[in-house]
Amino acid sequence: MHKLLRNRKLHLGGTTLALLVLPFVTDLLFGRGWVRIEDFALLYIMLALGLNIVVGFAGLLDLGYVAFFAVGAYTYALLASPQLGLHLPFWIILPAGALLAGFFGALLGAPTLKLRGDYLAIVTLGFGEIIRIFLNNLNAPVNITNGAQGISQVDAMRIGDFSLGRNQELFGFAIPSVHLHYYLFLLFTLLVIFVTARLQDSRIGRAWVAIREDEVAAEAMGINTRNIKLLAFVMGASFGGISGGLFAGFQGFVSPESFSLMESIMILCMVVLGGMGNIAGVVLGGIILVVLPEVFRNGAGPLQQWLFGKVFIDPESMRMLMFGVALIVVMLWRPAGLWPSTRRQRELEATGDAAEQDTVYDSGR
Amino acid sequence: MEIFLQQLINGLVQGSVYALVALGYTMVYGILGLINFAHGEVVMVGAMVALMSINAMLGSAFPPAIILPVALFAAIFACMLLGYSIERIAYRPLRHAPRLAPLITAIGVSIVLQTLAMIIWGREYHAFPQLFPNQSHNFGGAVINDVQLAIIIIALLVMSMLMLLVHRTRLGRAMRAVAENQSAAILMGININQVISITFMLGSALAAIAGIMVSANYGVVHYYMGFMLGLKAFTAAVLGGIGNLRGAMLGGVLLGLIESLGAGYIGTLTGGFMGSNYQDAFAFLVLIGVLIFRPSGLLGERVADRA
Repeated sequence: MHKLLRNRKLHLGGTTLALLVLPFVTDLLFGRGWVRIEDFALLYIMLALGLNIVVGFAGLLDLGYVAFFAVGAYTYALLASPQLGLHLPFWIILPAGALLAGFFGALLGAPTLKLRGDYLAIVTLGFGEIIRIFLNNLNAPVNITNGAQGISQVDAMRIGDFSLGRNQELFGFAIPSVHLHYYLFLLFTLLVIFVTARLQDSRIGRAWVAIREDEVAAEAMGINTRNIKLLAFVMGASFGGISGGLFAGFQGFVSPESFSLMESIMILCMVVLGGMGNIAGVVLGGIILVVLPEVFRNGAGPLQQWLFGKVFIDPESMRMLMFGVALIVVMLWRPAGLWPSTRRQRELEATGDAAEQDTVYDSGR
Repeated sequence: MEIFLQQLINGLVQGSVYALVALGYTMVYGILGLINFAHGEVVMVGAMVALMSINAMLGSAFPPAIILPVALFAAIFACMLLGYSIERIAYRPLRHAPRLAPLITAIGVSIVLQTLAMIIWGREYHAFPQLFPNQSHNFGGAVINDVQLAIIIIALLVMSMLMLLVHRTRLGRAMRAVAENQSAAILMGININQVISITFMLGSALAAIAGIMVSANYGVVHYYMGFMLGLKAFTAAVLGGIGNLRGAMLGGVLLGLIESLGAGYIGTLTGGFMGSNYQDAFAFLVLIGVLIFRPSGLLGERVADRA
């Protein structure tokens, strides 16, 4: 027992140390561009964890999740840029963005959560598109979002004089801006992981699982399914809002292009590929789907050069091609995701024949 | 009034195309309960194959009356093959997997097809040649041309043939049986794998026809054209009640009409605040509105519990 405990502490200490030195090591080995990719990986992990609450825990398929990311990002950009002439500090904007995104989640969820399965999926997809189209067009007659050009010169996050937007001296060390963002994002990611982990084990978390497994039975057990589903939606949305705010502050620029349907799909892929409902799996999915395409992008050209002495397919296309193939192969190989929750694994083994019987069909035709 | 009539015609043309593509979504959904995300790309491949065959034959001595049917059959054949392979590779192995797994492979197939098309045919817009003189007819102040007329007529023809197939033939009965209950269908001696393959091929054939229609109507082909079209068609299928053939047709035509009328009148309705650039948002807003009041679409009757 003692040994186990010490091992655990050792593990924790090792992981912490590794996470802390990671940006410096990457910077040294692969260059600063990769630290930026790590920052984005953390942002996507937060997004994937937020979506995991909706899809993984509560079993509601959401194809427009990026809309909440957009709401958070635009809240930040509007309240801290020359666009409206406002420059509020980020500790006010981030919660405001989360609240607003949560409000939008409720706005979408309240009328639509009685829809089942794929009907909900298409409604959320439509909602995501609506938000993007509005962001794209709200520059006339009154210019609010600056349309397709987006909002630039967004303020960096700062506390007093300490701005994350430029390199800082700490204890005689020069720490670059990307590294500073990395630490901030890491902090938020850990917070999100902590909150979702606690949620999962709570009464609410069990209610979500109950609804996912059998909504009628859950209702019979006295769960207020509508409110609990709405809660999942709002919670997921507000996490999306927070990462959106962080994204805007980090990037310094937002435009509707960053919030396309493809982004929603990407985040969904992280959740499903990693292992729906399992926090560790979702984190893994996020890391893989951010890092792998970058590897393809950087590696595809030289590899072709080396193999055939000529570049046949440009790296950008190669990246998408490999990404698509990877999605297919991984799902065929592990249908429950790379690292499924134990409950899902049991379900998968148990279904077998049962799945054959419940085809969705209406007798209307 | 002329504007109204014109938008009505435009909406009908666009709606016919949506309806054909929506049928492909709804047939697959009816039988497998699966959103075939790659279906929009099949439309694009159909258009590309037709374009290639037309361009290959244009220089030769063949008259247009032969070129078009040959290109049509080439596109249909290629799409059927593609639909069959997609089902075989990406969906069949996952028939008993968690239900989001085939959705992800579908997305994967869609990305692969799109990227391959981009690599093969490039990023540029290709002009779709005009084979026949395209005359415009005046119709109560509005204009309709031959291509648009042909689209509406062919779509009607194809859809009635499909209805006949599903309701009047042995194969159609087998399809309905598989959709109703797979296990019972097996016990009745139906080869369900074969029926599912045929369903995919039928849907893909409709997609090929739709692909040619779109390209002939707009005169351009592009590797990205299938994405938004597929999305809209899927929306149409849901609007009508997914899994229901008549629903898909109704939803398709309705969506086309809503879009074109919405684009024509949204400016006056909102006092100039919103223009036709909100057209896409309009379609989705209507969808959400309809689903709030009829949660299983316009003609859908029942959706099993399957969250």
